[in-house]
Amino acid sequence: MKRLANKFDLGSSIQYLSYYLPQLAMDNNLLAEQFVGKKAKELFDISGVKTRHVAAKGVLGSDLAISALELLQKEHPNFSLKEIDFLIVSTLVLDYNSPTTASVLHHKLGLSSACGTIDLPQGCSGFLYSLSVAEAMITAGNARNVLILLGEVPTKAIHSEDIVLRSIFGDAGAAIVVSENPTKSIGKFTFATFGDGFDFLKVERGGGRNPIDEAWIKKYSDQENQLSFGRIEMNGLEVLRFALKEIPGFLDQTLVKNGLTLSEIDFFIFHQASAMILKSLQRKCNIPEHKFISNFEDVGNTVSCSIPIALKKAAELGNLKKGNKIVLIGFGIGFSCIGTVIEW
Amino acid sequence: MEIVDFIAAIEEEFEDLNPGDVSPNSVFRDMEGWSSMHALIFVALIDSKYDVLLNGDELKSCVTIKDLFDITFLKINGGGANT
Repeated sequence: MKRLANKFDLGSSIQYLSYYLPQLAMDNNLLAEQFVGKKAKELFDISGVKTRHVAAKGVLGSDLAISALELLQKEHPNFSLKEIDFLIVSTLVLDYNSPTTASVLHHKLGLSSACGTIDLPQGCSGFLYSLSVAEAMITAGNARNVLILLGEVPTKAIHSEDIVLRSIFGDAGAAIVVSENPTKSIGKFTFATFGDGFDFLKVERGGGRNPIDEAWIKKYSDQENQLSFGRIEMNGLEVLRFALKEIPGFLDQTLVKNGLTLSEIDFFIFHQASAMILKSLQRKCNIPEHKFISNFEDVGNTVSCSIPIALKKAAELGNLKKGNKIVLIGFGIGFSCIGTVIEW
Repeated sequence: MEIVDFIAAIEEEFEDLNPGDVSPNSVFRDMEGWSSMHALIFVALIDSKYDVLLNGDELKSCVTIKDLFDITFLKINGGGANT
């Protein structure tokens, strides 16, 4: 069957973007109080983070995503949810194993019954995976305005005595609207998966393979929620090795696929994994410091929200100019990588 | 590749270290405030400076700064796959 040419074949762009940080801003002094003998400076030395935000008890990723959407609506009063014809949700702590969190949020937001919904719980690559699907939906003519909702509460799946993870991770929500646009401003995507690394960064007991049992609940009875969402476990060395080994070449692939060279790029935003990984990648990829956007020390690693937050903060600071080419690289749990180039 | 350059790079990388603080026989795990994160900094530094990515077993086998230097030197000269 011949596909009809239509006006949706033009392209897509990020129309609106907002993020939300929970009220509790835990700086290193506050966090150090919870570790006997530790000083705030030591926590900064470990993590490179000054402040991370922590969601209140009972608040899930989907709640933070809705808070981000409410901010977006305030910042862009002309935006209407009636325009949304596809919803993508990325969060590692789902509201329910089933149905999708996207279905739950579809109901809460009162979206049209003609609106498609999917979950894309792809961890730190979640935003760019969602963006790639949004872009594909729009350029294929299957949607005109896609809402991406991201919400992450990693702090609820970290053991209270895990000083490294508690120093690095923070909670956040983000809302992004991707719309059809005559000027295509989202480039081609590159993808990579290194599934042999799945065990090095995971939420242990988070699913059906090895479910939470009585012994687990008993073992973690002293934790705020008995780690009933599972526990984040990370082999820091293997995560670092993955990033250093794979990301430089992956960046090259992303540039080649988009017909660009390193010097033609105005800014680079990588997933804000850790201060050390960011610094090492910047060096290894030969990216000039002034082009490498990082706000890791302000919010820590906010999983799928990290690139949108960095993008928005850079825009708020007036650093991004119309027409700037920005490389976005997501990587993390899986191990997964995804990259693209957007034009601001 | 000389061990003096290797040590200088380490002393430059760590804010709390001054020139002369580290010697080839320094036991790096005995350094003040040592944590597992410092091991990762060594791995990242060696990768960035010498394009050698140490793995967990190699790191565990090292006790002194000279051990780290030797294993890096060996890998640069083809004594081990850069995995």
